[in-house]
Amino acid sequence: MKPAPFAFLRPAALEEALAALAREPGAKVLAGGQSLVPLLSMRLAAPSMLVDINALPDLGHVSVDAAGVRIGALARHAHVLASAEAAEVQPLLAMALSHVAHPTIRNRGTTVGSLVHADAAAEMPMVLRLLEGSVDVASVRGRRTVPAAELFAGPLESTLAHDEIAVEAFFPALPAGAGVAFAEIARRHGDYALVGVAAMVETEGGEVVRARLGYVSVSDVPVVVDVTDALDDPAGKALADLEPAEDIHATAAYRAHLVKVLTPRVLADAIHHARQKTAQRKKS
Amino acid sequence: MTTKLFGTKVPRVEDQRFLRGQGRYVDDLLTDDPRLLHAAVLRSPHAHARITDIDVADVLDVEGVLAVWTYDDLVDAMAEPLPLLIPHPTLTHGRTQYALAKDEVNYVGEAIAFVVAVDRYVAEDAVARIRVSYDYLQPVVGIAAARAADRLVHDDVPGNVGARMEQENGDARAAIADAPHTLTLELDVERSACTPMEGRGTVARWDPDTSRLTVWSSTQTSTGVRGCVAAKLGLDLAKVDVITPDVGGGFGVKINHPWPEELLVPLAAMTLGRPVKFTEDRREHFISSAHERAQVHHVEVGFDDDGRVLGLNVEFWHDHGAYTPYGLIVPIITSTQLLGPYKPLNYRVVFESLYTNTVIVTPYRGAGRPQGCFVMERTMDAISAYLGKDRTEVRSTNFIQPDEFPYEHGLVFQDGRPLTYDSGDYPASLAKLKALVGWDEFEDFRAEMAEQGRRVGIGLACYVEGTGVGPYEGAHVHIETSGKVKVATGLTTQGQGHQTAFAQIVADTLGVRFEDVEITTGDTRKMPYAVGTFASRAAVMSGSAIHLASLRAREKALRIAAEALEASEDDLEIADGVVTVRGTDASIDLGTVAVLSNPLRYAFDEASKAATQFSVGDPGKPPVAEDDEPGLEGKDFYSPERSTFANGMHAVIVETDPDTAEITILKYAVVHDCGHLINPMIVEGQIHGGVAQGVGGALYERMAYDESGQLLNASFMDFLMPYVTEVPKTIDIDHLETPSPLNPLGIKGAGEAGVIPSAAVFAAAIEDAEGFPITAMPISPSELFALRLEHADVPAEAIAEETR
Repeated sequence: MKPAPFAFLRPAALEEALAALAREPGAKVLAGGQSLVPLLSMRLAAPSMLVDINALPDLGHVSVDAAGVRIGALARHAHVLASAEAAEVQPLLAMALSHVAHPTIRNRGTTVGSLVHADAAAEMPMVLRLLEGSVDVASVRGRRTVPAAELFAGPLESTLAHDEIAVEAFFPALPAGAGVAFAEIARRHGDYALVGVAAMVETEGGEVVRARLGYVSVSDVPVVVDVTDALDDPAGKALADLEPAEDIHATAAYRAHLVKVLTPRVLADAIHHARQKTAQRKKS
Repeated sequence: MTTKLFGTKVPRVEDQRFLRGQGRYVDDLLTDDPRLLHAAVLRSPHAHARITDIDVADVLDVEGVLAVWTYDDLVDAMAEPLPLLIPHPTLTHGRTQYALAKDEVNYVGEAIAFVVAVDRYVAEDAVARIRVSYDYLQPVVGIAAARAADRLVHDDVPGNVGARMEQENGDARAAIADAPHTLTLELDVERSACTPMEGRGTVARWDPDTSRLTVWSSTQTSTGVRGCVAAKLGLDLAKVDVITPDVGGGFGVKINHPWPEELLVPLAAMTLGRPVKFTEDRREHFISSAHERAQVHHVEVGFDDDGRVLGLNVEFWHDHGAYTPYGLIVPIITSTQLLGPYKPLNYRVVFESLYTNTVIVTPYRGAGRPQGCFVMERTMDAISAYLGKDRTEVRSTNFIQPDEFPYEHGLVFQDGRPLTYDSGDYPASLAKLKALVGWDEFEDFRAEMAEQGRRVGIGLACYVEGTGVGPYEGAHVHIETSGKVKVATGLTTQGQGHQTAFAQIVADTLGVRFEDVEITTGDTRKMPYAVGTFASRAAVMSGSAIHLASLRAREKALRIAAEALEASEDDLEIADGVVTVRGTDASIDLGTVAVLSNPLRYAFDEASKAATQFSVGDPGKPPVAEDDEPGLEGKDFYSPERSTFANGMHAVIVETDPDTAEITILKYAVVHDCGHLINPMIVEGQIHGGVAQGVGGALYERMAYDESGQLLNASFMDFLMPYVTEVPKTIDIDHLETPSPLNPLGIKGAGEAGVIPSAAVFAAAIEDAEGFPITAMPISPSELFALRLEHADVPAEAIAEETR
């Protein structure tokens, strides 16, 4: 469990990091390392170079404004989770982050790193997709913004080019009249979910006008399902778009069952949350 | 008078070191030595294959690689198979692997080549460059495939059967045929493993100047490793020292020896003239150490209207993996210990121990007892359900009674001795357990929960554990002239708190201060005669030996002190390291007694002047009497006639989520009887750890092999060892102390107790919550969900009916 040899670069400027990635096709970006380092140690990945971005300036921010939450590439999960402002503007962030692994991993792992790792069993890619957020990426060719809907290409595969670095993620604020909820079932506390579900609903005058659900661990890529027209059987609608699979921890049938159990609960919680938020707004 | 420490909660002296990160494990050794080399092993990626060629040509080109070994490089005893440690007459087809695979590999993880390099990174780079050509063979995975024997693991082992063993007391089949009621059960337990935090590890240093080999190994038997290393490398025993430093857990896996690396590391150190280290990584531990637990059982039981077992006939199939280095210990223990606290009037057991193309099996904490307990307790529950009786009532009916000890089962135990229980009071234990868990109030609780839409169940399980198996352990007690007491015992320590518990015994027996006692374990330089730490035997065996050796040292101290104080030995007492003439001021401290015990020619300090030739002794006699030795020491060995049998009973209340099928522990209660307690805090710690490990075994852990013999979950990400969040926050413990008559301290072993009833007790509680039989463990929410679907059409009340 020792990595194969690799070159190591720890640039002090983003341009330097981007230049290194551009000239070294076998290079990988190292941020929190919570996924990459185990892959290296088990020799499941053998990049020719690691470009460690931990010394880059100005990437550790969690900035919050009325539009939403902007999370820099070096902001750790724990940092985002601890931000009361972020939780206020977009409550789903904290709801989901508390399910991301364990405190020690959250202390090191980065939220943006988790997004571009593009694991459909991870919470944050699905959350970005459900909230219709985006990721800003940089390369020697310049910068671009990738909407969440265009970020995930396949299992553990993002649409980022090899030489691009995700520098910031944007999670939009919770709109007025909207509510969110999250629940997941895992074998042990902090494990990858067997099934995770998040909901975001928008209400007008207490009535649901838009309802969308996001799922963890029941598909190859983060899946979001619009159930606005299927509020009486949201799980049925969702399952048509999901691909629950069997692994050593659960059968496909059990995962499908958990989708059926969790979906109405989470949807109801989100509706409740929306009404609560609306009531709070009216008060203040 | 010194306060008695035996039986009190003395804080563990070792914890200061461990909790501050000051433990010294094998991997910590020689790290500052620039000459230290590191080893890595090429392991088979295939479960079953013939090796047609091994090409190491590319390896020596790697900068930093010093040597590579394959089977062809091994000579003499090293070229022979590894020892079969515990032969048995019924193990007719025992097989062991070679230190490095010869011609064939039989499990994923089997060692093929051994590379030594300047560091582990380079060694692994080199391993990746070895090219092996294989002819693939179909693997045998799982008990069903082994029994079907469509394919063989070893060509010369027909039916994949390594051993078939049968024992019978009475005529079980006839008794069952004549019984008023009968039941048949099929019971299944899956593979799991010890998974200690620290894996295996060995460091060796060869000193060419003295032709002496020092081996440090993370083992449960340093004397065993020493014997193997000397024999395999052709060294005189006197030239080999084996030292066991701090060990980060064993739980059984480290009793097996020698591991290939335990021989290859010393071989490399001798060949290269530089110290060599091997530290197993986590994946290696999963695929190349040992597993346990996998057994399939077929039970036939005949009983009367009270639930009294008239005949019990158990057949089971044990998956021992690819080789049998540790013999038949695990299935023998299952076959004898499944009887628990009960006395079936007639009992027959037969097992087959089967080869599969998977990792070898050696004892894992509990060592066959968890399976046996599962079988017996599931049977008791099935009888109770059939008769509509309370589960505790049927158990009571079958208990061996307190006045029946010693109780002979008419069987032979794992140590080759008769299975004879020495003491216990099972009715008293059960009464304590019922009170502790609230057995009689449970139906009220169930109703209360049901009103809230919650589903709960209660289960209990009883076990008896043969502990303290022989052949012996020894101890050496040395009172230094400073008054400090140095004690050596040969068995090893892997976290049990021996420094504390053994020092408590010495302090009490000798009359010295606890702080003045230092215990050394697992160092063959200090105590070359020893067996090892397994089978819950350390306290019983070494504890007794230390007590006996302390008595000898005390005897000598009193003799010398009596002379010095001109008093009768009978009038002396020792407390806090001072010998006093009872009721007077006349005293002498043990340090001075130690000085007097060793007649000196040379004074090296103030104290030693008192022992020089012009100071002491009768000029008319030899300074050391004919039947005496210099020094204030005591040495003794404890070798019991047979094992002592501890027992315990566990109960658990679980909640099963009606929607998600998740299983939550609401209450866990333990009544434990290991005779006299040396240190109740340490015993409770053992129980806590055992219960945690048992929760893992019952609800989380399994070895997920696929059909091709690949282990799919060889990491702690997918092998679900419970976190602290998964084990009960509190465990209610009550003790009963029925002393053992077999040793001077009346103690029994406690190390494995916590884990033994887990599968049984959780199955019982889940069954009670769900209303359908639980016959296979471990169980996950996904499996519980599948069972619910399977039983969905059958109303709960009909389940008992179903089993008739």
